[in-house]
Amino acid sequence: MTRLQQLGPTALVWLVLLTMPFWINAIGGYTELASRVVVMALAATALNFLLGYTGTLSFGHAAYFGLGAYGVGMTLKYLVPSTTLGMLIGVVVGTVAAAVIGALIVRLRGVYFAMVTIAFGQVFYFIAFRWNTVTGGDDGLTGWQRQPIDLAGIRLDIQHHDVAFYYLALACFAASVGAMALLLNSPFGRTLQAIRENERRARFLGIAVERHIWLSFVISCAFVSLAGTLYALLNNFTDPRALRWDLSGNFVIMAVLGGMRSFWGPLIGAAVFVVLQDYVSSHTENWMSIVGLIFVLVVLFFPRGVLGLLQRRGPA
Amino acid sequence: MLQLVLFNVFNGLIVGAFYALMALGLSLILNLSGVINFAHGGFLALGAYIAYSLMPLVGFWGALLVAPLLTAVLGLAVERVLIRRVYGRDPLYSLLLTFGLAYILEDLARYIWGAQSVPYPIPEALARPLSTQFFFLTGYRLFMVALVALAVAALFFVLGRTRLGMRIRAGTLDLETVSALGVNVRVLRNLNFGLGIYLAGLAGVLAAGMLGLQPTIGTSLIMPSFVAIVVGGLGSLPGTLLGGLLIGVASGLATVFMPSASEAIIYVMMGLVLLVRPRGLLGEEGRLK
Repeated sequence: MTRLQQLGPTALVWLVLLTMPFWINAIGGYTELASRVVVMALAATALNFLLGYTGTLSFGHAAYFGLGAYGVGMTLKYLVPSTTLGMLIGVVVGTVAAAVIGALIVRLRGVYFAMVTIAFGQVFYFIAFRWNTVTGGDDGLTGWQRQPIDLAGIRLDIQHHDVAFYYLALACFAASVGAMALLLNSPFGRTLQAIRENERRARFLGIAVERHIWLSFVISCAFVSLAGTLYALLNNFTDPRALRWDLSGNFVIMAVLGGMRSFWGPLIGAAVFVVLQDYVSSHTENWMSIVGLIFVLVVLFFPRGVLGLLQRRGPA
Repeated sequence: MLQLVLFNVFNGLIVGAFYALMALGLSLILNLSGVINFAHGGFLALGAYIAYSLMPLVGFWGALLVAPLLTAVLGLAVERVLIRRVYGRDPLYSLLLTFGLAYILEDLARYIWGAQSVPYPIPEALARPLSTQFFFLTGYRLFMVALVALAVAALFFVLGRTRLGMRIRAGTLDLETVSALGVNVRVLRNLNFGLGIYLAGLAGVLAAGMLGLQPTIGTSLIMPSFVAIVVGGLGSLPGTLLGGLLIGVASGLATVFMPSASEAIIYVMMGLVLLVRPRGLLGEEGRLK
């Protein structure tokens, strides 16, 4: 695919994202839903950095998402009323946790890697669940609000304007996917894809496979924790469900549903999943069955996702 | 104090026995077919609920006998219709498929039997404490331990001494060769899956009498089962058994000394094992891939 051909879809994606607050109400949505799509798209794209481009299956990304969420929430509640500092702390906490856990698990592969990532995710769930006095336990962390951001003399009032918050989330999304795209096109990113294609061969070529997978895991988790901070800010709330294993599974299905071998796949998957979940959960109590059915149908009939269907032999 | 410690160690042992029973089933399926069955907890809950519904008809003992079998039959059917399709594909798909199944099974239980916890009666004869000093030694608890021990012994007998068991073990090592030797691998995997689900159903029936019965009973037991497999050693069934009991006792002890860490401690143990001995306590070398 030439550069020009790639430019078309990319421009379309940004056009849709930039104008979303203006038409989402007209088609029956609401601004908060638009923000949720962008936040989840960031999480799914970040997961796909590991899943689609390194070929490593993590089913525990909700842990770092939740750490970001609690990081920002607890900073705003207990330390300082600064949104930017809270986000920074949230991302740092999530990234450090990923660095430690990643070091423990990089030697595992395939299903075992997935099993251990999901099991480790539960540690943070139980800490958040049990440590009532600090985290609010099962009821979640309340009693704090996102604060307006002052940037170079300009005040961005994300506290009272949902649309302003949407653009903050979109800016974070843009910066993150930009950074990830750059990384993936760098020699480092090519190496990750080489490991995905043939790990043994990469190893014989002298590539430090474990270190690359570890780095990819940490980078992916850093962006997922950024998404987590945004999610907490969006809701002015976070609870242990932001850390739980089912959310990790949802991230994976978003990436696969959209098409994990294409860069914009997770975005499409997240949009479809979030909108569908919003619709289904407001119409039936049995939304879990519907979501479960989506999982089963995707595996059986759309293993390459929406974009995989569109571009028959898409570039990796 | 001693009594409290003994009580919690014993409690932990029982919970560990559930973990082990569940993890053994998971291990069987994982080792032969390379599938992590996320829906295992859903089957466990289903087994318990089936027993609950059968009890008015066939009594406690009848339900204990029949419900795990019915669950296993259900497992056989699900394997035939769904799980079979993802063998040999990227493990991602088997995870997603069973993940979705777990959602559906939990929701199904909620839909049929309600979201609230239902009481699971146990026979009068088993509910009495056996000793006044050690009040926690009820007949039911001892009975559970004995039954789990019996089930594990039976499992190891089946695997070690019967034709089916030998084929399962051989298939775990090299499925292709087993197939070339004329064993019907499709049937083998199907039966193996059913065997795993039988253990889940049995664990469900026993756990319901102790922990109470609610739709989430399965999900609360499946994560520790993963930990049991990793701690005990990938690919090793005795390891899985050991891992389950170990983390059960550890979590029981934590309840005495630091109750808020009673869940987190098993994950810390898993971290330590991965740090010191990545293949697990009894794991074989080269099973990490």
